[in-house]
Amino acid sequence: MDSLDEKPVTRWQRFKDNDIVWSFLSSPGAMGAAVVASVMILACIFAPLIAPFDPFDPGQISLWDGKLPPAWVEGGQGKYLLGTDNQGRDMISTILYGGRLSILVGLAAVCLGMVLGVSLGVIAGYVGGVTDAIIMRLADVQLTIPGILLAILINGIGRALLPYELRNEFAIYVVILAIGLTDWPQFARVARGATLVETNKEYVQAARIIGLPSWLIMVRHIVPNTLRPILVIATIGLALAIIAEATLSFLGQGIPPTTPSLGTLIRVGNEYLFSGLWWITLFPAVALIVLVFSVNLLGDWLRDALNPKLR
Amino acid sequence: MISFIAKRLAQSVLVMAIVSAVSFSLFNFVGDPVNNMVGQDATREQRLEIRDKLGLDDPILTQYSRFVGNILQADFGLSYRIKRPVDDLIAERLPATLELVFVSAIISLFFGIVLGIYTGIKRNSWGSRIILSTSLAGVSLPTFVIGIALIYVFAVHLRWLPSSGRGGVVELGWWKTSLITLEGWRSIILPAITLSLFQLTLILRLVRAEMLEVMRTDYIKFARARGLSERAINFRHALRNTLVPVITIIGLNIGGLVAFSVVTETVFQWPGTGLMFIQAVNFVDVPIMAAYLVFVALLFVVINLIVDILYFVVDPRIRLGG
Repeated sequence: MDSLDEKPVTRWQRFKDNDIVWSFLSSPGAMGAAVVASVMILACIFAPLIAPFDPFDPGQISLWDGKLPPAWVEGGQGKYLLGTDNQGRDMISTILYGGRLSILVGLAAVCLGMVLGVSLGVIAGYVGGVTDAIIMRLADVQLTIPGILLAILINGIGRALLPYELRNEFAIYVVILAIGLTDWPQFARVARGATLVETNKEYVQAARIIGLPSWLIMVRHIVPNTLRPILVIATIGLALAIIAEATLSFLGQGIPPTTPSLGTLIRVGNEYLFSGLWWITLFPAVALIVLVFSVNLLGDWLRDALNPKLR
Repeated sequence: MISFIAKRLAQSVLVMAIVSAVSFSLFNFVGDPVNNMVGQDATREQRLEIRDKLGLDDPILTQYSRFVGNILQADFGLSYRIKRPVDDLIAERLPATLELVFVSAIISLFFGIVLGIYTGIKRNSWGSRIILSTSLAGVSLPTFVIGIALIYVFAVHLRWLPSSGRGGVVELGWWKTSLITLEGWRSIILPAITLSLFQLTLILRLVRAEMLEVMRTDYIKFARARGLSERAINFRHALRNTLVPVITIIGLNIGGLVAFSVVTETVFQWPGTGLMFIQAVNFVDVPIMAAYLVFVALLFVVINLIVDILYFVVDPRIRLGG
């Protein structure tokens, strides 16, 4: 009876002894990256509270204050620490709001790709046969064409299908759709691989024998067991999605300049680079690079931490 | 051997069939082809005449097979915007893209493989650590940001190199090359570095990972036990086996370079097919978009096919059906 009375390990204890958490706490690079990434993501999410100005409020923007250099450069004003852009918007505020949009698009696109990819991958692995062949062939075909080209194409088609006056309004959804639809084969491949391994295990066999419906077995038993490798792909996928959004916006195919994302800011700034207004491009670019770099570092660490071969 | 290649060929044909179906549907779903050809103020008769000429009232399968027939003869119709045959436009701009991809491929493969081997062999040296951290930064740098930074430093600030265009172009038959003039080489340096950097870091990491994997195998341990010199182990035993996957890397590399040439060409206003594609997407110039899609897919299918066959030739395990 003693062993039954003994308090089971608390949730916190179990959490702390988890191998991933342990690996995280003993890796300074991963912790640094996590801190930087979460500070940036939080700052962007709470942009309306933190940002000194609202770049979308015409009442707060004055063209007279346009193209001011950062505060420490001659001609700069203390009010605008990182200077202002061509329309007189405070750089710090536009970057915070722009980063918000970039992160939002990145997360939404990865979620879309993940849900689509994992569902198709698990179904392919569990059902097998013709379904498997069709889904995976489709993934193969899509993987022959590089993601960025496909995203440009889907995005271009999506824009062309919308009536002209709605293009800017719906641009963000089109971009999310384009990047998400480009992403899914990676997720599908990994999810299918993991499903094939799980399907042959005894607990799945047992679940089948007691007559659980297939969808329940997939959702309750198989999907949770595919999540570890999926997490790695999702993290690296987030970095790639943020870059993809920035690239589309830079090419003038993504988020419109009225509500700029980081990529749009870099594109607009690029037009002023030759006249020496370096800060309009530099600061959004640095924000983008630091964000992507820290997410990549996290993904890299996660891949090593979840790879039993390297332990 | 024959059945292996036949299987691969069948898969390639399938890819091309799907891609051509997608690009065919572009014509039908994106915009109205008649409006795109005659403009808004054409009369009803003119419209009907064009509909008839284009065969838009034929059954969809007839239209599709006609489309595929045209593709096979490299006929993609007229560009909506420039009103010239699309295949001419592509042929005109192809040399610029291919030269850029070629120079970038050499840069990324050479430095990627050399640095990958170095970091794989001396895995704990300071040099390797610096190279590896830099390479992670390289993966995080979007191509267009690298391009902008290079333009700012070397073209705007130092004024050493041109920021856009191909420089001097010399005609060799129909091929316009910029690789035999000094101005042409000066112009290609920045775009080529921009395009190759991302691929370089990918290759570096793949070669390194492969090298580490091989170093852990039993035959390397055995070679050590036999007392072979470090040099013989690294270059005679490890490197040879590392280089098999490098074939795949070369295939992937060229594919990636073609894809990202779209971005690089936009940043540097390089007059290649990528820039043409982006402009076509901007103006919803469907014939060019469709042609580019088919063209890129074909390029990739051919590259993958060559890689598969090379693999087959190089790696006896695949040949013997292991």
